[in-house]
Amino acid sequence: MLVPTLTVLENLTLGAPWYERPPRARIAARMEELKRQFALSLPLDAITGELSLGQQQQIEIARALLRDSKVLILDEATSMLTPQGAQELGERMQQLVKSGLAVIFITHKLAEAYRYGNRISVLKQGALAGEMGPEQLKSMSEDEAVDEIVRLMFGREAGATSTEHRKSTARDNVALKVEALSTEGDADVMGLEDISLSLRAGEIVGVAGIDGNGQKQLAEAMAGQRPLKSGRVELDGEDITRASIAQRRRKGLRYLTDDRLSEGSVAAFPVSENAVLKDIGQPPFWVNGLERPHRIAEHARDLIARFSVSTPSETTPIGRLSGGNIQKLLLGRELSGEARVVVFNKPTYGLDLQNIDTSRQRIGQIAERGLGVLLISTDLDELMALSDRIVVMEGGRIRGIVENDGSGEALRLRIGRMMAGEEENRQAMA
Amino acid sequence: MTMQDEINAVSADTQTDAAASARPVNERSAFQRILTLTVGPIIAAFLLSAIILMLVGVNPLTYYGYILERSLLSGLGLQQTATRMAPLLFLCAGLIVAFRAGIWNLGTDGQFLLGAVAAAATAPLLVGILPGWAVLLAGFLLAAIVGALWSVIPALLKAYQGVNEIITTLMMSFLGVLLASTLVKLIFRDPATTVPQTRTLPVDDRLPRLFDTSISSGLIWGLIAVLAVHLMMTRTSFGLRLRMVGANPVAATHAGLSVPLLTMATFALSAGLAGLAGASEILGVTGNVPANWNPAYGLMVIPLVFLARFNGIGAIVLVFFYSALMIGSESAARRLGVPQNFTLVLVASLLICLGLGEYIDQHKRKKER
Repeated sequence: MLVPTLTVLENLTLGAPWYERPPRARIAARMEELKRQFALSLPLDAITGELSLGQQQQIEIARALLRDSKVLILDEATSMLTPQGAQELGERMQQLVKSGLAVIFITHKLAEAYRYGNRISVLKQGALAGEMGPEQLKSMSEDEAVDEIVRLMFGREAGATSTEHRKSTARDNVALKVEALSTEGDADVMGLEDISLSLRAGEIVGVAGIDGNGQKQLAEAMAGQRPLKSGRVELDGEDITRASIAQRRRKGLRYLTDDRLSEGSVAAFPVSENAVLKDIGQPPFWVNGLERPHRIAEHARDLIARFSVSTPSETTPIGRLSGGNIQKLLLGRELSGEARVVVFNKPTYGLDLQNIDTSRQRIGQIAERGLGVLLISTDLDELMALSDRIVVMEGGRIRGIVENDGSGEALRLRIGRMMAGEEENRQAMA
Repeated sequence: MTMQDEINAVSADTQTDAAASARPVNERSAFQRILTLTVGPIIAAFLLSAIILMLVGVNPLTYYGYILERSLLSGLGLQQTATRMAPLLFLCAGLIVAFRAGIWNLGTDGQFLLGAVAAAATAPLLVGILPGWAVLLAGFLLAAIVGALWSVIPALLKAYQGVNEIITTLMMSFLGVLLASTLVKLIFRDPATTVPQTRTLPVDDRLPRLFDTSISSGLIWGLIAVLAVHLMMTRTSFGLRLRMVGANPVAATHAGLSVPLLTMATFALSAGLAGLAGASEILGVTGNVPANWNPAYGLMVIPLVFLARFNGIGAIVLVFFYSALMIGSESAARRLGVPQNFTLVLVASLLICLGLGEYIDQHKRKKER
C-alpha cells in the first residue's frame, strides 16, 4: 500500500527507523542501479497519487527491492494494467527472478499464468486443486496449459457426488426481459456492459462467473438499487426500467441479497420486524401508518413455521440467529405476497450442507410454481443442477449463454473457460 | 473527536444492550445487572462529587440536602423545577427523533435560539391583531419553521454528500447563536429599553399557567411532544423507517426506503422541535430574548437522552431530576458559594460512572460466554 499524498521518496522510506533522516542520496543511487537492471524509472519527488497505476506498482516493486526482499508477492497485479503494461510487468518479473528473487504472481488471467510463470498452482475454495511443474509447462502449448488449468479449476473431482439435474418447468411466457443494460463502473465497482437476457416463467436461469465480475451489480440493477446508464428492464411485458425499488417489489420482482447480515437484515431488530422490513407501512401490518404488532408477530410466526427457521421466538434479534436461519427467513420474506420473479444472489453461500440442500430444493419448488428464477452463484455444481440455461459473466459482460442439458463435463469446462475469459480468444483464433 | 467516539460508543452499547435484554435472564440475575448498570453508577457518581465538594471545603450533605430542599421540597422550588422542564422536554423530543434515526444533531442550541428569537420577534407585534391563542400558535409555528430552516444546510450535506453532521450541525450552531444575538441587537430590538432585547410579550398573553401555580403550561406541551415522539418512533411505520435508516442505511436502501429523504425529514423534525423549545421558553416564561442570551440547554440534555437510551419515558424522568438539580444548584450557588456549574461536574461523573458500569457489565457477559 502507498500513501497517495506523499512523494515517491517518502513512500520508499516509510517504515525506516524514526530517528534516521531519509537517506536520499543512498536511495537515489540504488534507484539508479534498479533503473539499469530492471528498467524501473521513478521520479523521486513526484506526488505518488499523481502517477499512473503502472508507475505506482513500480514503486511497490522498488520498495521491495530496496529492502532486499527475498520473495515478492504480486496479487492481481495486472488487473488494472493495460495489456502493454501487463507485458512490461511480465518482463520485469522475469528479470527479478533472474536476479535471484522469488515471485509469487496471483492472477485470474490464465494465459498470463502460463506466459510469466515457471510453475502454476491452482487454488480452489481455499485448497490446492493441482500443480503444474516447469517441465510439464514447457511441454505444453498455451492452449493446452489453459485447458489444464480450467480442468483443475472447474472440473469435477473424482468421487464427487453427481447432483441430479432438475427437470425443466419453464413455461412459454417471458417473465423478465433485460435489454442492452449498462451501468456506471468505477475503481471499486465493476460496471455492466450491454447485458441482455430473458427469463421465462417457471424457468431457472443461472448466472455463472468468478466472484466480482458484475453479478452483484446485475442483481442490484434488477432490484432497482443501482442506476442504469442505458438499457431496459421488463417484468411480464411491463416496462419497469424507471420503477423504484419498492415499486418493483410490489410488482413481484424480488431480490434475495447475498449480504444477509449488513444488507438483508438489521441485526438489532427482532425477527418479526425483519420479516416485514420490505413492507413497512403496508397493510395488514400497518393501518393508517400505525403498527399492528399482533399481525406482524403472527406473520413472523407463520414464516418461522413454514420455512422452518430455528429461533427462540419472533422477538429475538435476528443477528443472534445462524446464517442459515437468517437466510430462511429472508427467503420467506421475499416469497410472501405476489412474487413473479426472484433474483437469488449466492443463496447457499456460507451455509452448511443440510441447509444448502433444502435451499436448492426450495429454489426448484419456486420455479415449479411458475416463478421466474435468476440464480446467481459461484458454485458451478449448483448452477448445473438447477438451471435451465446458464449465463456466463466475466468483466461485467455476458460471455455466453448455454443451454444446460445436463451433459456434464464438456459443458462444465466450456463454462469454466468462459468464466476465465478464455473462450473469446479461442473463438477469435478459430 | 472524543465527543464522536463517546457517542458511537454509547450508541453501540445501546444496541448490544437491546440485544441483551431479549436474552433469557438466566446468566446473571436481573438485580445484579440493574446494580451494575444504573443504581451502582448513580451512587458512585454522588460519592465522587461528594469527594470533590469536600476538597473545595463544602460539606456534601449540606449541599445535596440544600438542593433537595430547594428544588423539590419547597412549593415554589417544585414549581420552578416543573417550569424549567418545558424547553428541556422539547429538546429531548428533538434529540430522540434524531438519535434514533442515526443523525447526531448537535446543533440544537442554534436552532433553539433562532426559534426563540423568531417567536419573540413576532408574538408581541401580533398581540391585539390576533386572538391570544392564535398569537401563541403563530409564535410556535414560526419558531419550528425557523429552527428547521437552520438545519437545512447540514441536512442537505448529510443526505446527498455524506458530510458528517456532527461537525456541520455544531458549526451551524455557533453561527446560529451569534446570528440570534445579532438579530436581537440590530433588527428586533425593543426601542423602549436601553438594554438590547426584543419586545416583551405581556404576561397575560403568555402560555397560561397551570391551575393556581406558577407552572407554565409549556410543561404539558413538552410532555406531549416527548410522548408523541416516543410513540411515533416505536409504533408507526414512519418511526420504523427512521429507525431502520439509523440502524442500517444499507439495509434501508435495499428495502426500498429513500435514505436521503428520510434523513432530511429527520433533520426537519429534530430542528423544528428544538425551535419549539425556544418558543416554549419565550412564550411561556421569559417573554423576551435579551441579546447574548444562551442558556445552552441543547448540549445539556444530550447526556440525558443518552442515559435514557433514547426512551421518551426515561427522558422525562431524567429531565425532571435534572431540572431539580439545576434549580437547586442555582440557589445553592448563591447560598453555599458552590458555582452553579457544579451541576455539570455531577452530570459528568454520572456519565463516567454509567460508562464504567456498562463496561463492567459487558466484560462480565463476555466472561460468561
